[in-house]
Amino acid sequence: MADKQEPDGIVLTEAQKKSRRRRSIAIALALGVLVVLFFAVTLVKGPAVLTRPM
Amino acid sequence: MSVVDHNAIELAPRISEADVADYIALLKPRVMSLVIFTALVGLMMAPVHVHPVLAFTSILCIAVGAGASGALNMWYESDIDAMMTRTANRPIPRGRVTRPEALAFGMTLAFFSVMTLGILVNWLAGALLAFTIFFYVVIYTIALKRWTAQNIVVGGAAGALPPVVAWAAATGSLSVEPLLLFLIIFFWTPPHFWALALFRSDDYARAGVPMLPVVAGPDATRLQILLYTIVLVAVAAAPWPLGYFDAVYGVTSLLLGGGMLALAVNVYRRREGSQALRATRKLFAFSIFYLFALFATLLIEVVARAIAPSIW
Repeated sequence: MADKQEPDGIVLTEAQKKSRRRRSIAIALALGVLVVLFFAVTLVKGPAVLTRPM
Repeated sequence: MSVVDHNAIELAPRISEADVADYIALLKPRVMSLVIFTALVGLMMAPVHVHPVLAFTSILCIAVGAGASGALNMWYESDIDAMMTRTANRPIPRGRVTRPEALAFGMTLAFFSVMTLGILVNWLAGALLAFTIFFYVVIYTIALKRWTAQNIVVGGAAGALPPVVAWAAATGSLSVEPLLLFLIIFFWTPPHFWALALFRSDDYARAGVPMLPVVAGPDATRLQILLYTIVLVAVAAAPWPLGYFDAVYGVTSLLLGGGMLALAVNVYRRREGSQALRATRKLFAFSIFYLFALFATLLIEVVARAIAPSIW
């Protein structure tokens, strides 16, 4: 069996991995809020969700 | 022979170590808090019932739109930010976030805030929010700030628009009341920022920003502060005799205005040494309290009227 290979290309440092993970979580939370917001407003407005004053 | 491998430098991608806090700093949270507060007052004053979910959505979109403006402002001004003590610690001058990252972040937030407000609330509010962001970034930051000493006079319109956007979000239309709120913030901006510019004029001069104290000198700035404060006090009190806001607001406005005017006179009179510096710092600090207290009075009145309409 072949020895474990070193990864090619860029290897992230621990600090870079941590900050990337935190940024990813923040983006996921922001997207989650956006989804919940659209869902909640759809419930509030009902079928009239697309009827808006100009 | 070159010691530095230029190809390696050009090809090596930059790996970001920017934290969430760096991106939050790009939003200018302190400015955002004032935007949220003034927008909340604009929304609450509207003479219609707004569903809490729609009210929350409106304020969130306005806040994110303000944050987008802040990020785009920092993207464009990173060169002068690096030269000024007050702004040298911002994420771009510190090397935490690159300019393209800030630009992408700001544009994404601007797009989503405007579209979400337009789709979920109404397009008048969405269009006004888009105009606010455009005015702050293109008219104030890019066109005016490095060109004229009147930069913050005209640019003040961007900071004055959030309660108008909020009113439009609540009612789908515009009226005199949000325009009065607009005028109060508009005339509040010059004395507030020129007080800051007076004790930071070295910073602005070093960065080549033509703020009034740099271009016209501190004495001319002191006079302008006094004149704008007189107009501000009159504009802030006018809605009472005109019948738009009631006596509680009127009296509070005059009391606060008296304080603001006294401090502006003090700035005008004390022109040398530590006393002059102290006077400008006092005016700057009080101006923040002034705007907060004025809008808080309006908010308390609205809430009191909703809770106990018969007593009020």
